[in-house]
Amino acid sequence: MSAATAALTPHPRVRSEGRRNYARSYWLFALPAAVVVAAVIVFPWLFTLVMSVHDWKVSGNVYFVGLANYLHLTQDPRFLWAVARTLYFTAAAVVVPVVLGIWAAVCFARSFPLRGVARTIFVLPMMATPVAIALVWTMMFHPQLGVLNYLLSLVGLPPSAWVYSPGTVIPTLVMVETWQWTPLVMLIVLGGISGLPIDPYEAAIIDGANGWQMFRYITFPLVWPFIVVATVMRIIDALKTFDTIFVITNGGPGTASETINMLLYQTAFGYYDLGYASAMVVVFFLLILLVSVALLRVRKLEQWQ
Amino acid sequence: MTAPVPIRGDAAVKPAATLATAQTRAVSRRHRGRRWLGQLGLGLSVLVLISPALLFFFWMISLSLKNELDNTAYPPVFIPHPPTLDNFVKVFAENDFLRYTINSIIVSFTATGLALLLGVPAGYGIAKAKASKAAVLILIARVTPGLSYLIPLFLVFQWLHLLGTLTPLVVTHLVLTVPIVVWVMIGSFEALPVDLEEAALVDGCDIWQAFRYVAVPLAKPGIVVGMILSFIFSWNTFIFGVVLAGRDTRTLPVAIYNVLTFEQISWGPLAAAALVVTAPVLLLTLVMQKEIVAGLTTGGVKGG
Repeated sequence: MSAATAALTPHPRVRSEGRRNYARSYWLFALPAAVVVAAVIVFPWLFTLVMSVHDWKVSGNVYFVGLANYLHLTQDPRFLWAVARTLYFTAAAVVVPVVLGIWAAVCFARSFPLRGVARTIFVLPMMATPVAIALVWTMMFHPQLGVLNYLLSLVGLPPSAWVYSPGTVIPTLVMVETWQWTPLVMLIVLGGISGLPIDPYEAAIIDGANGWQMFRYITFPLVWPFIVVATVMRIIDALKTFDTIFVITNGGPGTASETINMLLYQTAFGYYDLGYASAMVVVFFLLILLVSVALLRVRKLEQWQ
Repeated sequence: MTAPVPIRGDAAVKPAATLATAQTRAVSRRHRGRRWLGQLGLGLSVLVLISPALLFFFWMISLSLKNELDNTAYPPVFIPHPPTLDNFVKVFAENDFLRYTINSIIVSFTATGLALLLGVPAGYGIAKAKASKAAVLILIARVTPGLSYLIPLFLVFQWLHLLGTLTPLVVTHLVLTVPIVVWVMIGSFEALPVDLEEAALVDGCDIWQAFRYVAVPLAKPGIVVGMILSFIFSWNTFIFGVVLAGRDTRTLPVAIYNVLTFEQISWGPLAAAALVVTAPVLLLTLVMQKEIVAGLTTGGVKGG
């Protein structure tokens, strides 16, 4: 407590003494959660590090192998392909939802009849159970009986192989991801837009600016921090995508959609090679951390300019 | 402002009196035209934006209400005719779906309840101690892929002979629910005015009483947000159950993935099951949309 505020309070001596005790007791409130977090979150992190330097099979013996698992990763073409695929998937599954999400936010920021209903419908995909959604998408992708190929035929387009061909599987999964997570981008950006001052827009209208100019020169720069936050969230979530890919393709056809997460699951719970999988987790985690820290740094640099 | 600012330079040569009226008219006509076009564009945009979600959920419901013949017809049948509830009956009759529903309810409620018991006081402690560094830990937990908790915890549960019970599921769901509750609660306790608590402390309350009888009632909206988000995350989570659940301890998402494979069951019941699984969450979203949106945009957090 600063001297100034202490002087304003009726019983400075009692209050400041009390405060000192409180500061310590406030930690007691966090203690039970801290114990649980240590057990189920921090302990697994540390244990993963330990496992990653061992040859650790579920049934067999455990041997210390040093950095062999990590070295193996750098020479494992399956892992390297998985990294490349993850980056490809992530790039598309970030750019498309962010662009669409900004557009949606601009639309939902304006008032129109039934806006609440429209926004609720728009947000539903994000809340729905991913596994349930993935199963319905799988039925829609069916090459002969699927409704999507029928819809394509209605507008005169040839049928697509969707998730059944190596060439189209990742774009199709990106489409599912876009459908599901554009709403989150929209909500974050909308939060930014609704806090904007109205004056610059009034000035722009008087100066005869059109809608695009107002977006480009007023809205976009002002909500930029929110767009960065949404993008970072999107990158983290796209890198971590599991449920939809696992249910719809399980990494297939062949290994055409095998991202790091799919390979990780297969290595750990298909081959039960826990040591190697742990090394993969560490590298994967560092990749995610690196990307998110780098992006937040970019944002900070821009704030200083 | 007296007259509209000239937009076109050529208007400036006209006499001042007519200039103002002419411009007002031109501007308002152009303005009205542009407004109308803008409204049309906005309407079309909104339609394009919501139609994927609309079509998807319409198709999901349509599949669940049609008989098998209509579901595999080409061209597809869109409106169930006549609608039938057979698929829903089939799901519960031919599978142990009731048990999976109970499992899901037990796991999600326990994981949410524990998260509130642990997370509400923790959020208070962190907010009061101004320990923003502790929040960083929660952010890192948010960044970590779910699988990375699963590998070590799987071994631990194996050693403890807990696989095949619901305990591993509740414990792993805490990985999601505790951070989200703590995160939401830090924000809502920080936003509370401090005067009331300080008054309580001056009046002789101890710190626990100030928390229990002053801060918690004031932070109720935040607690509701944390509770809803935590419940939804837990309910939707699949990744932990697919590894840790035994035959009898499957939660609903695991059950529709494992039990209702495409060989065993046809589209109608599968869509019906998918609808049953996701319906509680969708209903919750419809009812509590405002709270959920508030929670998600402050935290920017999702499960998995």
